[in-house]
Amino acid sequence: MRRFAALSFLLCIAVSTSAGGDEITASLTGAKGDPARGRALVASRQIGLCLLCHSGPFPEERFQGKLAPDLSSVARLSEGEIRARIVDPRRANPESIMPAYFSTQDLTRVAGGFRGKTILTAEQIEDVVAYLLTLR
Amino acid sequence: MGRETRAMQDDETTGPAALWLLDGEALWGRKAGASGKACADCHQGMKGVAARFPVFDLSQNKLINLDQRINICRVEQQKAPALVLEGRELLALSAYVGRQSRGLPVDIQVNEKTKSFLDGGRAAFQRRQGQLNLSCAQCHDLNWGKSLAGNPIPQAHPTGYPLYRLEWQSLGSLQRRLRNCFIGVRAEPYAYGAPEYVELEYYLMWRARGMRLEAPAVRP
Ligand code: HEC
Ligand code: HEC
Repeated sequence: MRRFAALSFLLCIAVSTSAGGDEITASLTGAKGDPARGRALVASRQIGLCLLCHSGPFPEERFQGKLAPDLSSVARLSEGEIRARIVDPRRANPESIMPAYFSTQDLTRVAGGFRGKTILTAEQIEDVVAYLLTLR
Repeated sequence: MGRETRAMQDDETTGPAALWLLDGEALWGRKAGASGKACADCHQGMKGVAARFPVFDLSQNKLINLDQRINICRVEQQKAPALVLEGRELLALSAYVGRQSRGLPVDIQVNEKTKSFLDGGRAAFQRRQGQLNLSCAQCHDLNWGKSLAGNPIPQAHPTGYPLYRLEWQSLGSLQRRLRNCFIGVRAEPYAYGAPEYVELEYYLMWRARGMRLEAPAVRP
């Protein structure tokens, strides 16, 4: 499963570099994600962690972050750009404080339980992308 | 710090750190170890001491923090076993000692011997680490004051330690706080007492030089 995810990730990088821009146009799983699951992931403090830094349309979440743009700003991004920002924001901005959600490259002192693992799985990334597309 | 937390910190007799201060005072005066001596048999007071730590200790040939200094006295002067790091007794003693520097400015010295430790601490502060790949500086230098999931990010000044955290329901050392931030970014924490933590403490104290100590402080 994980090996499959890593393979499709490599494929996507190839796709995006040949396209020349900072986009990952193809789904990491080959399928569309589920926006409802994506919404729950974005709001989750244990899994997505997005609201640590971002705010967004989550009236039920009292505590949201102010280190990053409101998630409604995805309106100006294409699907491929959104996916690339979540997979590894360092591709667009090497100084970004946003974690790379689908990369294990160039990390230091990762804690035991998390070593060699990406923050989200390919399926979860697609769910989050599907949710963010509903904000456009 | 919110107004309620500040009021708790200022109320020394019923504040949450009061019990630890009482325990610390008792331990300070209690004879211990094969020497049969108490801290009070060798020392008058400890005013200003907490404001100077960590320091380079020539006998140990390493950088040590206040808790480690207390344990050196335990072992070498009192001939008693070292107190457990982060245990209740050591926290009580270091709160009692720290209390005596309340209101005094942080007075950290850097010299030829210690400069490499300061550089090491600064490098660690700026190093991105953990699965979330964040450095201390990204939160505490670049984004302090902003809200992380509703919590304002402080500047990471170490002036209140050991301090009482409502979340811990206990007093805890600066190293316990550092451990929390390591776990927060999903980085492998160090063992209590590790030289890497002491270097970070040294850098944080240097960064806060001139600020007034407020140990034992209270945090939410
Ligand atoms: C530690 C902070 C942090 C976390 C956690 C975080 N982000 Fe971000 N994010 C940022 C910052 C800061 C930016 C602004 C651009 C930059 O600096 O890279 C950003 C930018 C973005 C963008 C591009 C927005 C634009 O207008 O260009 C998207 C989309 C995004 N984040 C989605 C997410 C999602 C979804 C999650 C969780 C799965 C998440 N972020 C978690 C800090 C974070
Ligand atoms: C993602 C953001 C983030 C990162 C990265 C981070 N911290 Fe923190 N830190 C916080 C927040 C938020 C608090 C205060 C809230 C709380 O008490 O939980 C805090 C509290 C502290 C405090 C306590 C300050 C006080 O007033 O008592 C110290 C010291 C500290 N951090 C040091 C560090 C060090 C050293 C590192 C790197 C190893 C680090 N932090 C990494 C967010 C961060």
